[in-house]
Amino acid sequence: MGVPAGGRTSGWWPLWVAIALMVGSLVFVRSIDPAVAAAAQEAVGLETASPIAWWVWPVALLALTFVMGILAALGGVGGGVLYVPIVSGFFPFHLDFVRGCGLLVALSGALAAGPGFLKMNLASLRLAIPVALIASASAIVGAMIGLALPTNVVQTALGAAILAIVAIMMVARKSEFPDVPEADRLSTVLRIHGVYREASLGQTIDWRVHRTLPSLLLFIVIGLMAGMFGLGAGWANVPVLNLMMGAPLKVSVATSKFLLSITDTSAAWVYLNQGCVIPMMVVPSLVGIMLGSFIGVRLLRTAKPRMVRYVVISLLLFSGAKAITKGLGLPFFF
Amino acid sequence: MGTIAMSSAVTRVRVDDEQRLYASILEIGVYLGLVVLLVTFALYASGLVAPSIPLHELPNYWHLSVHDYLEVTNAEHLHHEHVITGWAWISVIGKGDYLNFVGIALLAGVTIVCFLGILPTLIRKHDRIYATMAVLEVLVLTLAASGVLATGH
Repeated sequence: MGVPAGGRTSGWWPLWVAIALMVGSLVFVRSIDPAVAAAAQEAVGLETASPIAWWVWPVALLALTFVMGILAALGGVGGGVLYVPIVSGFFPFHLDFVRGCGLLVALSGALAAGPGFLKMNLASLRLAIPVALIASASAIVGAMIGLALPTNVVQTALGAAILAIVAIMMVARKSEFPDVPEADRLSTVLRIHGVYREASLGQTIDWRVHRTLPSLLLFIVIGLMAGMFGLGAGWANVPVLNLMMGAPLKVSVATSKFLLSITDTSAAWVYLNQGCVIPMMVVPSLVGIMLGSFIGVRLLRTAKPRMVRYVVISLLLFSGAKAITKGLGLPFFF
Repeated sequence: MGTIAMSSAVTRVRVDDEQRLYASILEIGVYLGLVVLLVTFALYASGLVAPSIPLHELPNYWHLSVHDYLEVTNAEHLHHEHVITGWAWISVIGKGDYLNFVGIALLAGVTIVCFLGILPTLIRKHDRIYATMAVLEVLVLTLAASGVLATGH
């Protein structure tokens, strides 16, 4: 990730392009004021043509999610945590559909990454199954709570949750190989341990975990939040698996990603069964995020990770504040 | 590094049978789900399969809460006795928009198949705890998928 001598800024161009695209997309979307559009439609009746062509929104969504996919891959976050606050804040779609779509976005990314991580033994099925059982059951409850509460309450709580996630991201330190003096009794009974090949060191790493019970209890809260807000939960999974349980960072990241394929499945079914799915939102979002992630992973070699992290945190701060003001019915400067 | 044991010997990392099997089933399910989703979306967006809600009218509805969206679109376009929730989308699968639900359901359902797939391996290995957890996970996901858990604003 080093910057070549004499080319200190050369590795930054993908990031600036992504930021410019993101800002451009948001300014464009914001310029199409939904209130103005709705008033125009109301004035002329629903049967007449909308002042904005219908395809503008899916195309804008495709462009925005493409950039989100790049930033998510570069910033090391899942797509859902960026998707829900930004799309619900700046697009005319109701929060119900944005959350349903956000879960499907996070789910698809996790499903696509899962097989590779499992085959490389970076994601551990033995670690994931007990965690997933608790988190997926909690996510169902979270989804039901989220759909039962008034929209403005969920939107405000979403904003607060996003700001809390920012705090976690800024405070949490990552440990590549955490110190686990002794495996605890529960993880020993469940035989949660593993081996993986650390290519960067050319070594095979044996790992084990501790503090299993309190960590499993934390996944109740994580599952509830994932279901309630339609977020993936990688932002919470990784710190708990890595810092609390003591799984190596790569195992934590891969297992977290795989976990989302189970946790988000349960919540996604609740949203799907409630009718919170509009295919014209879902498919452009999935394609955009996947293409963006594909490009983002390739840009990792040249982009500056620290800078990307600041951009992601800034975006989350911005969208979290927007969600709170929207939920409370307060004016927002953008 | 504490107690993380490292070995520089180039040893082959062995992946558990059930983990390898899970990965294989997941891989097939994901590819199948994505292909079906893209094909059905192409049929829908191109107009080859007519949707229940005309594409140009979508912006009139997507700002509504899901409850209002279902009520209004049913009254104005679908004219069903009940709004389309749960698995009722199968009854309108001939409509382009609901046709997309096939791919979405495949993607959301593949995890259940994965857990069912590894169950015989876990039982054969006498891994009772994980076999029980796999059964419980199937029950949790099936409950979520069943549509029994109805809620609303």
